[in-house]
Amino acid sequence: MKRIKRDGLVRQFHQASWNEPIIFELSQPGERGVRVSAAEAEVQAAVGEVNKLIPQHMQRKHLNLPEINQKRVLTHYLRLSQETLGGDLNPEIGQGTCTVKYNPTINDKLAGVPELAGMHPLQNPETAQGILEIIYRTDLMMRAISGLDAFSFQPGGGSQATMTMASIVRMFHRLRGEEEQRDEVITTLFSHPSDAAAPALKGYRIIHIPPNECGLPDYEAFRAAVGPKTAAFVVANPEDTGLYNPRVAEFTKLVHDAGGLNCYDQANANGLFGVARAREAGFDMCYFNLHKSFGAPHGCGGPGCGAIGVTAALRDYLPVPLVVKSESGDYVLDEDLAHTIGKVRSFHGTPQVVLKSYAWIMSLGADGLYEVAKVAALNNAYLQHQLLKDPDIDLPFNSSLQRIEQVRYSVSKLTEKTGFSSGDISNRMMDFGLHIWSSHHPYYVPDPLTLEPTESPSRADLDEYAATLRHVIRECYENPELIRTAPHRSTIHQVDESNLDDPDSWCPTWRVYLRKVDDKK
Amino acid sequence: MSKKGIDSHPYIPNSVPEIREEMLAELGLNSLEDLHVEIPEALRFKGRLDLPEPYGSEAELSREVRKLLKKNQPAGQAVSFLGGGCWQHYVPAVCDEIMNRAEFLSGYAGEPYNDHGRFQTLFEYESMVAELVDMDVVNVPTFDWGQAAATSVRMASRITGRDIALVAGTMGRERFKIMTNYCDPDVRLVEVAYDDKRGIMDLTDLEAKLSADVAAVYFENPSYLGFLETQGEKIAQLAHDVGALLVVGVDPSSLGVLSPPSAYGADIVCGDLQPLGQHAYYGGSQSGFIATRDEPKFVLEFPSRLFGLVPTRVEGEYGFGDVAYNRTSFGNLREKGKEYVGTQTSLIAIVAGVYLALMGPEGMREIGETIVQQTTYLREKLSAIPGVNPNRFDHPVFKEFVVDFSATGLTVAEINQALLEKGIFGGHDLSTDFLQLGQSALYCVTEIHRKADLDYLVSSLTKVIAELRGE
Repeated sequence: MKRIKRDGLVRQFHQASWNEPIIFELSQPGERGVRVSAAEAEVQAAVGEVNKLIPQHMQRKHLNLPEINQKRVLTHYLRLSQETLGGDLNPEIGQGTCTVKYNPTINDKLAGVPELAGMHPLQNPETAQGILEIIYRTDLMMRAISGLDAFSFQPGGGSQATMTMASIVRMFHRLRGEEEQRDEVITTLFSHPSDAAAPALKGYRIIHIPPNECGLPDYEAFRAAVGPKTAAFVVANPEDTGLYNPRVAEFTKLVHDAGGLNCYDQANANGLFGVARAREAGFDMCYFNLHKSFGAPHGCGGPGCGAIGVTAALRDYLPVPLVVKSESGDYVLDEDLAHTIGKVRSFHGTPQVVLKSYAWIMSLGADGLYEVAKVAALNNAYLQHQLLKDPDIDLPFNSSLQRIEQVRYSVSKLTEKTGFSSGDISNRMMDFGLHIWSSHHPYYVPDPLTLEPTESPSRADLDEYAATLRHVIRECYENPELIRTAPHRSTIHQVDESNLDDPDSWCPTWRVYLRKVDDKK
Repeated sequence: MSKKGIDSHPYIPNSVPEIREEMLAELGLNSLEDLHVEIPEALRFKGRLDLPEPYGSEAELSREVRKLLKKNQPAGQAVSFLGGGCWQHYVPAVCDEIMNRAEFLSGYAGEPYNDHGRFQTLFEYESMVAELVDMDVVNVPTFDWGQAAATSVRMASRITGRDIALVAGTMGRERFKIMTNYCDPDVRLVEVAYDDKRGIMDLTDLEAKLSADVAAVYFENPSYLGFLETQGEKIAQLAHDVGALLVVGVDPSSLGVLSPPSAYGADIVCGDLQPLGQHAYYGGSQSGFIATRDEPKFVLEFPSRLFGLVPTRVEGEYGFGDVAYNRTSFGNLREKGKEYVGTQTSLIAIVAGVYLALMGPEGMREIGETIVQQTTYLREKLSAIPGVNPNRFDHPVFKEFVVDFSATGLTVAEINQALLEKGIFGGHDLSTDFLQLGQSALYCVTEIHRKADLDYLVSSLTKVIAELRGE
């Protein structure tokens, strides 16, 4: 047989497509997936029948769960796992702002050992010294990376961390008697939607600073917005465009001078390790997504961790408890924070995620983290260089400014010429085992492609991604029908989303589907 | 200063010096220092991050982290009676297998095509939990029960246009703190007194506090303190009479034997998925669900994503999408959407689906029966120990119950310390969170216990108490 030539950059691909029934359709009465321990005969004899132990009016009458043998349940979920193209299966470059990097397998294995998996959160801390030490050490490492003074790992994700920051802001001004006066939070258009939504939940009016012609938050607009009503500034930097605001310290100074607090959304921190920190930029608080920048997996959308750090002056506002080291060298829980906002997530947050990030940092060290930031920026610049060779891919705003770790491109020229949007391109990319995420709404950049390579892809991965994207753009001209009807080699074909906003026909569960289908008959 | 950075790290392919140089050359750059030029000098971090030296190999990393974790004494390897919102249940091997699939672990925010499996597993979880609680709509889950309860109350507040929530005075203290912070400054929580003998809600106090300003009445069933709230129907009626909604928090592992809250009038049901196929992870596997009827006034108030079934271009194929996406903060409305959405706990929901599919209706009934029988057995046995009162609340329970040790003259802390020396994790000490219960502990029994474990606790407690009292 001949040796296969590997000079083509565009991959032959087909995703698994099992046409797997909905789990209720697999039900076969009498089958079961697992046997459950019954109480031993002596126990049963001692206490009598269950229906005498539960008040009659509270006894369950009927439960409609599927009945399926164990092998079929396993097969079902394995098939569905094959129909999920996680970051371990593709160079997840197209999910900008999400920092889908390689999550080292060893860290998942370590988090699964019985010495962690079997730990109950209400155990006496004396029996939890291992995990408490890991949390304590990770706190110290986060302090070094951010320049801030204390961390809580309680928030379960970036949005909850932003809510935690906004809660601290409210408590801070409340205790100073300025809660009523300070009812505004300032953010920017290219910060994450939660930077607006979570402070709004905490009762703040949101002021959005628009970008200037360079794509950076407009300083004059910002200066005009800051004042005695300002509670806080909540911002990402770099923003979702990948642009770093070089005047950020002037922004934070304006806020401090006006009596407000500065909160840093560091979801986009992957290009900054060892390069720039929250402290030098004038922030009072920041958070890192451990499931993004620090190597812990995303888990299809959690469990994650939004580790929140604050300056020493704000330590007492953090949620309780914090892990501290006692004089005798034991790790103990400090519940005694004078101004604590209370709790945002139960127990100690997600310690298994903290452990994964601890292991990730301990594999890299200071030099490794710096290399992460530099190579993330290098990969981003390299991909940009390859993509801008295509005249239909634009770099909005000032194209001479270096982006940090991601870029929000625009294909609006292509849209004008062919009618195809970034969504159409995304659908076709699936046919090559690659992904372009839809970007945050609303679209301030028309027809956006937000790409973030991270440090994880090889040069060959970057070349393949760029070549495939350019190939798809060529197809928009050469074979529009192929694009219009894509995807063709993914799990399923184009979905018809028309029922999703209609209460009479949306189907959020199987039972609702059955009811509405029967109604239509 | 030595050169910053690191060569050829296994997680960083382009840290290979030759490749790095070639890439830089193609960009017309001389070194990595030519990147990040937009960050002004004053904001540059000058030194080297003050971090510990990294481990030189994966083997060393593995050894050292395991060594740290060996300092833990996991409850899972002892005889443990800890519960209080995180419960030890048997985790079927298939749940662990799916939990650790690389495809799911490394998945995130793919489209309905490349992530069809993620959408389908979450739709199926929604659908199975909907059956369990006998409701129509279930969210892609939020962080934990406390968050789910907080959002449920905020939903009720938006639906009714009112700003007070009456909550059971026996609810979990952690959850109460989470709700208090999350609802501040828009919704105020007011606690309702409880019947001191049975723990159930004091309906006289409830009636006194109900008004046209009340958005929701919230209680838990089984309650945090273990007893069943048997007055659900009456509470629902009282709430509805003033136009308030009834929100009930529930432990889903009870629903094979206990009637779902919708049966006694709940409008919104919430709870935690942790008991459905999750190890404890020191509290890291909590996950909150919210369920309602399929009515737009409820559905349009969810902040969470709701995955729904849709057709595709090809007959015979299911597809999935987001129901009413624009209500979320990911839609076009940003802060004008409902609360906010983001990374929460999807993987735990996927596994909860696996668990329910394995258990089926029979498995859920059997686990409930085992738990109720074993709890009753332990409660009866404990009542024979002098000074120990497992009937502090004289009312039916599911898997937890309050044991009052006050009459022994000992503290729970002393007793638990002595039990620990015998390899037993005693029940959670309630003496800080529920002062009025004196020296009481919350004991939890599940299907993982065997008769020998329960008998061992009884004999150990008898001995420990006698010893501590110098008898």
